[in-house]
Amino acid sequence: MPAFPTAARAALGDTQLRRNLAHATHTIRDKRAKVVAEVEDWEDLRLAGAGVKEAALRDLATHLETLEASLVRAGATVHWARDAEEACAIVARVAHDHGADEVVKVKSMATAEIGLNEALEAEGIAAWETDLAELIVQLGEDLPSHILVPAIHRNRAEVREIFLRRMAAVGRPAPADLTDEPAVLAGAAREHLREKFLRAKVGVSGANFAVADTGTLVVVESEGNGRMCLTLPDVLVSVVGIEKVVATWSDLDPMLRLLPRSSTGERMNPYTSTWSGVTPGDGPQEVHVVLLDNGRTRALADDVGRQALRCIRCSACLNVCPVYERVGGHAYGSVYPGPIGAILNPLLRGVSDEQTASLPYASSLCGACFEVCPVRIDIPSVLVDQRAAVVDSHRGDRVPKAEAVAMRAAAWAFSDARRLAWAEKASGLGGRVLRRFGRTSLPGGRAAAGRLPGPGAAWTGARDLPAPPEESFRAWWDRTDGGRHEGEGPE
Amino acid sequence: MRVVRVALQVTCVNDAMFPDTGKAVVRLLRRLGVDVDFPSAQTCCAQPMVNTGYLDEAVPVVRTFVDAFAGYDAIVTPSGSCAGSARHQHAIVAERSGDAGLAAAVAKTAPRTHELTEFLVDVLGVTDVGAYFPHRVTYHPTCHSLRMLGVGDRPRRLLEAVRGLELVDLPQAEECCGFGGTFAVKNADTSVAMGADKARHVRDTGAEVLVAGDNSCLMHVGGMLSRQRAGVRVLHLAEVLASTEDGAA
Ligand code: SF4
Repeated sequence: MPAFPTAARAALGDTQLRRNLAHATHTIRDKRAKVVAEVEDWEDLRLAGAGVKEAALRDLATHLETLEASLVRAGATVHWARDAEEACAIVARVAHDHGADEVVKVKSMATAEIGLNEALEAEGIAAWETDLAELIVQLGEDLPSHILVPAIHRNRAEVREIFLRRMAAVGRPAPADLTDEPAVLAGAAREHLREKFLRAKVGVSGANFAVADTGTLVVVESEGNGRMCLTLPDVLVSVVGIEKVVATWSDLDPMLRLLPRSSTGERMNPYTSTWSGVTPGDGPQEVHVVLLDNGRTRALADDVGRQALRCIRCSACLNVCPVYERVGGHAYGSVYPGPIGAILNPLLRGVSDEQTASLPYASSLCGACFEVCPVRIDIPSVLVDQRAAVVDSHRGDRVPKAEAVAMRAAAWAFSDARRLAWAEKASGLGGRVLRRFGRTSLPGGRAAAGRLPGPGAAWTGARDLPAPPEESFRAWWDRTDGGRHEGEGPE
Repeated sequence: MRVVRVALQVTCVNDAMFPDTGKAVVRLLRRLGVDVDFPSAQTCCAQPMVNTGYLDEAVPVVRTFVDAFAGYDAIVTPSGSCAGSARHQHAIVAERSGDAGLAAAVAKTAPRTHELTEFLVDVLGVTDVGAYFPHRVTYHPTCHSLRMLGVGDRPRRLLEAVRGLELVDLPQAEECCGFGGTFAVKNADTSVAMGADKARHVRDTGAEVLVAGDNSCLMHVGGMLSRQRAGVRVLHLAEVLASTEDGAA
């Protein structure tokens, strides 16, 4: 995956993608704003949500032990997975133990994060996504580009084409007279999936929350397909990030109120499923829970960054992000795109590879993400802190980057007003040259640079740049005694 | 008036590129009876370093800032972004430096730093500054003024009191213009895509002048409007508020 600026450039060139994204994000954004405005104590609710997650993270080890004990008591088998490889191996082993060559899945970011589908495929096990949008992504041999709406970058004509082309190869074919009406497309998906639900022996899920004291896993969804996966197969494996734990059942209260309004713009989500272990004669008779680290303890150790683990994957930050709106999710090179992806990926993986190190810079720091985040993650501050982590990781470089040289020079000039005055004088002289030869002038008459060569090109490719004035403010202040003796000017 | 010694933090961008904004603040505050000083030891708020991740490099710059403004009752800056930097980021830099003296100086200086409209409305208690500006104007609330500082409707109230000024609403006003400091060059393509949408919204208003409280954002959007030959002028809010019938901006 190329670094963000390169991936973004490619995405920006796709006008269809930009139209799809702008339309979808603005629609969800407006819906969210409307239902959030209905809640009088929204700010208190946000504080409560942040508090619940913060408390759980502060004592994570204890809560996880409690969770394990409660789950075991309820008849579940608990596994601990340090990384993606361990987690995938556990799921594959369970499937093999039951002679299953296929599993049905309810949308789970954690399994996408660890590349479970590919790992299972390598073991000869087919994993079928059952969330409608995930199904579209899987059939389209594509990558998800949004947390909640993984196929946000597709329009319905494209979806129809994907169904017609691919469904037959992996199960029940799409009807020949398929139209691009949303209801007709959903009907085709339902028929296609039903066959898989009834056949599969093993279901795989994630969880939105895990309640420590009762050993309850919670999945929140809109379609009901998740509930099919959770109840129909004989065996259920849930892959759960360790940051999903909350201490008590009553902690769910603020979370279940914050999540649907922030994510789908609904007052309440249509399906909330909760389960703990095994109930004889009802639902799966063998339940496995894989508690996944995969970088989470790394993030937890970061004083500023640990708040990112509060994230409940509502996607509100994506829907208001002006950068995400224009480039889409693929440019982030991860299942976690948008503002939260820009901080979560470097926190989970470190910043040693160039692609991950480019993510904290994929933001204008406008702060819209912080404003909407239901658990008050201060994403702009974490972005700045992760930028510092990137810079710090290069402090030992034998040859410093041009940017580091420029920043050090700027800091040197900015540490002493006399140095700054000299630099401004030089820029004023440059401005004089530009004014003589400047190709353009701004409305109002000020001279400006058109297209500049070299490093200036990054700015002037699409923007004119005003020519520096002949006299800086500080020079004017000195010359006129703060404007008291205006008149005898240099111009 | 309670505030005795008032200093202008002119910002490095204004100092080197937009001196007229600083001059406008001086004219405006004098007209309102404030004898504003310009401590010549000042340089920059350190935001270019902080926001790009060069926190160690920011330390001497923050030190220069707090030293230059020590002893003033109020510091006024015509930039939401620089006020936000002083109020929220200097503490981070000081803490990382491990210098307790610097942290204490920051804790003193930060709350005294006001963005221009905050100073006018909250400290001086005025919304009608006696300005005259007979033009059709639209206003872009820059992100840091809006979200980091929460200046709210102060700029609007000031603009509405300007005689002759016709204020028209900017569609999607609260969306970022795409400047973002070094973002504008590090992710130039995305920055330009955001700026293009902002410029389109500005053109849709039919305004003659786009006004904002940060010259860096205006330099970006203005640069796009100019390249598009849109004929729309950009102007800092301070220059609008400073203009009168005998001295138009
Ligand atoms: S960071 Fe906040 S807004 Fe973004 S997905 Fe997570 S919880 Fe939602």
